[in-house]
Parts: sequence; C-alpha cells; structure tokens
Amino acid sequence: MSARASLLGIADLGADDVGRILDTAGRFGQVMDRDIKKVPTLRGRTVVNLFLEPSTRTSTSFELAAKRLSADVLSIKGTGTSMDKGETLKDTILTLEAYDPDVFVIRHPQVGACRLADGYTDASVVNAGDGTGEHPSQALLDLYTVQREVGPIKGLHVAIVGDVLHSRVARSGIRAFTLMGAKVTVVAPPTLVPRHLAEALGAEVSSDIRDIADADIVYVLRMQLERMGAGGFVPSLDEYARMYQVDHARLRPGQRVMHAGPVNRGVEISGALVDDPETLIEAQATNGVVVRMAVLYDVATGAAGGSAQGDAALEAA
Amino acid sequence: MTTMAPNPRVRLPQRPGDPANVVIRGARILDPAAGIDRVGDLVVRDGVIGGDPAGLEQVDGTGLTVIPGIVDVHVHLRTPGKEHAEDIASGTASAAAGGVVAVLAMPNTQPPTDSPSILGSLVERAGREAVVPTGFIPAITVGQAGESLTEHGDLAEAGAAALSDDGVPVASALVMRRALQYQRATGLLFTLHEEDMSLSGAGVMHEGVVSARIGLAGIPGVSEAVQVARDCALAGYEDARIHICHVSARETVDEIRSAKSRGVQVTAEVTPHHLLLTEDAVGADPDPARFKMNPPLRSEADRQALIEALVDGTIDVIATDHAPHPADEKENPFAEAPFGVIGLETAFAACHTELVQGGRMSLEDLVVRMSTRPAEIFGLPVPSLADGERANLAVLDLGATDRVGDRPYASKSANAAFEGMFFIGRVVMTIAGGQDVYRRGA
Repeated sequence: MSARASLLGIADLGADDVGRILDTAGRFGQVMDRDIKKVPTLRGRTVVNLFLEPSTRTSTSFELAAKRLSADVLSIKGTGTSMDKGETLKDTILTLEAYDPDVFVIRHPQVGACRLADGYTDASVVNAGDGTGEHPSQALLDLYTVQREVGPIKGLHVAIVGDVLHSRVARSGIRAFTLMGAKVTVVAPPTLVPRHLAEALGAEVSSDIRDIADADIVYVLRMQLERMGAGGFVPSLDEYARMYQVDHARLRPGQRVMHAGPVNRGVEISGALVDDPETLIEAQATNGVVVRMAVLYDVATGAAGGSAQGDAALEAA
Repeated sequence: MTTMAPNPRVRLPQRPGDPANVVIRGARILDPAAGIDRVGDLVVRDGVIGGDPAGLEQVDGTGLTVIPGIVDVHVHLRTPGKEHAEDIASGTASAAAGGVVAVLAMPNTQPPTDSPSILGSLVERAGREAVVPTGFIPAITVGQAGESLTEHGDLAEAGAAALSDDGVPVASALVMRRALQYQRATGLLFTLHEEDMSLSGAGVMHEGVVSARIGLAGIPGVSEAVQVARDCALAGYEDARIHICHVSARETVDEIRSAKSRGVQVTAEVTPHHLLLTEDAVGADPDPARFKMNPPLRSEADRQALIEALVDGTIDVIATDHAPHPADEKENPFAEAPFGVIGLETAFAACHTELVQGGRMSLEDLVVRMSTRPAEIFGLPVPSLADGERANLAVLDLGATDRVGDRPYASKSANAAFEGMFFIGRVVMTIAGGQDVYRRGA
C-alpha cells in the first residue's frame, strides 16, 4: 500500500489534517532550537522542487526544509506559462519521474497545474502556489504563526486586506482560518474582490478599511503590481494607499499584523509598520521552514493515513 | 418569425455516393413541420422519399422513430490547418453518426476562411469528402481581425451559407454596422459570436461561485449580453437579420427577448452542453479542461433560463458548436487548454434526455428546433419526410440508453464534455442528401 499523499490545496483538508500538520511542525520546531538542526527523517528520499514562476522565500524555505529532513533535493527553476522549449507540464513531470522522486514541490503560474501534475506521477505533489489558485503551505505557516504568537485560532477575527482577486494567499488563507474556526472579513477595493467571494468561501466582504477595527489579526495582502496590467483595477496606487493602506494610525493596540511578503512599502502597508517588531511578519518568515518540513513529512510518510511507519519516522526526529 | 426563403446560392456539397434504397418497416414516421405522424413504412427509393417498395432492402423499424435529420448550423471542421484535430471527412462522419444531415462549418481555420478562393477550395474538397451535405460560413472580416470586411458579395456568389467571425466577436460597432448594411446587397445572414473582449479579459470560465472558489479568471455573463444588446440595436436600426451563436447567459436571454419584442430580426441558438451542464462541472472534475469552452458553462440559474428561453421560443434552435481538439492540447493547465468540446454525435441524445425525457419539451418541438427551424433560418433545404423529398432523415431508438464514450467517436477528437453520461435515445441510421451515410453497428 502506497504511503502517497499530496497537498494540493487547503480545500482538500479537514481540521484534523491541519491540526496534525501543525502538531508535527511544533515537534520540528523543537529540533530547530538545537545546535544541529538536521534530522534523518527523509534520508534516502528525493524531493524535486519545480519552480516555474519566480519565487524566493517559498523555494528557499522548501529547499531548506527538505535538506533539514536529510532528503536529496533537486531544485529546478524555469519561467513562462509553457515550459522552456515548449515542453508541457505533463512531459516535464514524466521526464523527472526518471529520478524516482518521492515528492514534487511545484510552483506554477496556472491554477490547477499541481492537480494536473498529480495525475501524472506516483510521487506526492505539494502545491507551492498555483497561479491565483492556492498556496496551502503559506496558509499552514500562517496558522502555525498565529497559534504560537497569539493563541488558538478558534474564535479569532481575521481581516484580510487588499488585492484578494489575484491572491492565492488569500484564497488559501480564507479557507484555512475559517476551517479552524476563525471569522474572516475581506476588506478591499470592490474591483479587487471576486464577485461571488462571500458565497464561494464564506468570508464577509467590505470595501471600508474601518472594518478592520474589531479584527484580532490584520492580514495585509501584497498589491500584485505585476498582475495589474491595463484596465485600472484601482485609479492610482497613491489613492489606494490613502484608502486601504494598513498603518499604525488605522490599528488599535493589540491587533497583530501579518504579510506573506514581499511587501510593497508605502503601498499596502506603511514602512514603519513593516519595521515594527510587534507584527508577525518576521515570525511568518521564520516559521516557513518548520511548517514546510511538516508538510514534506506529512506527504512523504503518509502521515495522513496515520501509518506506523510515519510515527516511527517522526520519533527518529 | 424570422425566416429566409431558401437561398439558391448556398452550396451544400457532399461526396458522390449511391442513392439510398431502403424500406423502414413499421416505424413511427414523425415530421411535425409536414404534419406527418403515423406508424407504418417509409420508402426511400433512389434517395427520394416515397415510391415503390418492391425490391428494396427492408429494415425492421418496429419501435423505432424516423425524423427529419438534424441540421447543425455551428460546427468546426478544422479544415484547413488543423486536420489533425478534425477534417471534413471525419467531422461529417461524426455528424452522420449523430443523425445530422447537414452542417455549416465556421471560418476560424488556419488560415481563416475569409476569401472566395479558400471558400472555393473547401466547397470543392467537401464535394469529394463530406459524408453529409456541408456548407461553409466564411469570415465577416479579413483574417477575423475585425477591421475590414471580406468580399461579402463574392462570398455569397461562391456559395457561402452565412457570414461569421466565430471564435471572436466583431469588436468595432462601426465595422458591424457596415457589415449589416451590406446584407441588403448580399442577403447573407450574420451568425455572431457575441462577447465584449474588454469584459472577458483573460477569463477562462464563467465568472461565478466556482471561479471565485478556485481562483480562475472569470468571463461574466454580461460580456455576452452587452454585445448582443449592441448588435440587436444595430440590426434594428439597419433592418438587418442576425443570428446569435451559442447563447450562454441569462442576461443575454433578456436582451434577445427584448429585441424580439421590439421587432428586431434576431434568432438565436443554444448548445446541448449549455442546456445540460454548469460551472459546477469545472469545479468538481479532476480533468476540468474537458469542460472548457467559450462561452463557458454558466450557473444553474443560467442553464434554467436557457431551457425556458428555448421552450418559449426566445432561443430558436439548438446547434452544437462541435469543436474538436486533440487530447495533448487539452492536457494542460485549465487556462492554457484550448476552448471547445465535440458534440455532433451526442446532440440529439443529450437534448432528448434532458428536454423530452425531462418533461420540458415535446419530441415534436425538439425535432423542429434541431432540424426544421435551423434550416429555415439559414435558408437551407428543409429536411422533410414528405413524399417526393430528397431523403434527409434519422432513424432513432428512443428507448435505448448509451453511455457516452463507450463506443469510439467518429470524430478524430474525443474532447467530449458529456463523456461518461448516460443518455436515452440512440441514432441507429442516417440518410443524408439521399445517401445512406450511417448505420449503427452491433
């Protein structure tokens, strides 16, 4: 029986799955406090990082996570919607299958690419961001960060502010926070929210920045300038900043600010706020590695099935 | 009622073949437009209905129904340029297997069918290869680029069945107006792919709950409706006739209903896939690209509005938008996969199951909407079961159930949105242009 599992989106997970992955991350987190941060958990396993869209923090944190788990890591970067030289995603996956990988970590510019790839391989597939679709490892590390720094997710109120339309971080984040019992309010210009978002994902939708007032967490989304193109989603970035920028003046004490990065200082978030150690932004970056270790462990060892093999492997950590 | 007198210039070439000679015994013979509904024998002698049954092949028609064959005014035969996806022979074999006795092929070929010489070569080729009578709809504008008109007069003279830039809209209202004015000189119907590209943008599926959930860019229903509103206004002003392709949105239904009530000469078609499927298919299937087409599958409310509009006559006819694509082009991330699904072989069964078995429409009305009315609107010979008419008919087993995809497709492509669905109503025989073109094997 194959231990194969994939992480394609938060939409596929239940609260128990999320809880298990966060628990695993916590145990890896203890390892990270040691002098030697490497564990033998995935020794002899092969992880292929296939990043077909620019990425810095996600690709490096997955690479470091795999190395700390002692896996053999192959990192491939490419560009463009189709592969270089016209090769299709299917053929790229079939070619890389020759190395008998255990896990593919895939970043791709198109929605659904990871699910498509999952159909062409027996290896596990981890979605490291598929276009405007999902970014589940980001959502998991966000949950982990809130749990550690703020407390239980259940009952929290999370305001997600900014360009929701183009944001896989938002799409996974809304799912993840609501799945774990938080209330989510989206605050954004009307042009940057999918028309049927409330019905689709169960978030409240507002176009008034004042509606962040009673949120416990204010999650600021990056203005995806590269996706804005022609068509004027907002009249100007200056006006956007005046209407929607999250800064100290719009926050009340105790509200915790998150941002998945990279930030556009002075656009969606003030520079002073980015530099404020009270935000969770640095913790998010730090926690990326242990949560991605937990994700790789979860899919590679079939922990989703609760196998004895998986438990034993974790004990070895 | 917007109907054209048969246009004698339209060319519907078919490959040469022996005329059909057969007696279908003891079947229900149903041709609502000709006032025929009886149980008995139908004689086809030398490709013509009626005559002396003596010496002809006898087919047991017990329990079967004979109808005037389907006329599909919207198909893509991918010729010239993409013959690996479909060609005239395979596309029209697919038609024959679906009980279709005449097809009209759209011009978004490579190169586009936008000149009398390309049209002439297609007509000539169809005269050698087409299994069923096949007409061609050349482009409204050169290269389908929306800028300058093709030679409408010469195209009419060369046998064009209508004009369309299908696949893309005529973006400029001025160019559309000039084309409509020219109809006074050519008589050619415009069959319009309606979409405001500035609203459709990079959309790849219906803008709705499912697109919001999975993050794909949406094409709003109003993208279609605003263009239809524009063209109905222009057609009314120029007293021109237009036909709206593949209506998909409830907002479009409202525009057409309103235009018809004002006396605008507008007719419209709907595809079987828009009548049966919704955006939910895209969200639920592990292989969503087989549900990718333009216009996209929309919401259940849209689907219900389309059925109502078809029933009440706001939408006149059913057409497939048969759009073959090879599997390796569909095996891509959704946004990169091409738009389009095949449909010729399943159109009748799908609509019979959904509309007739589903209690929304009578069999008689369905036959009129798939055979009689499309032919009338496009000025084509109307398939009829009356004595003395050239035989263009389909023989159906309305009690038989099939699962789509269990038998290989006659089409070169297999990108069927209905794959795996069970339909009631089977085509067992087709006679088109007086030729015996399809018999279902065991």
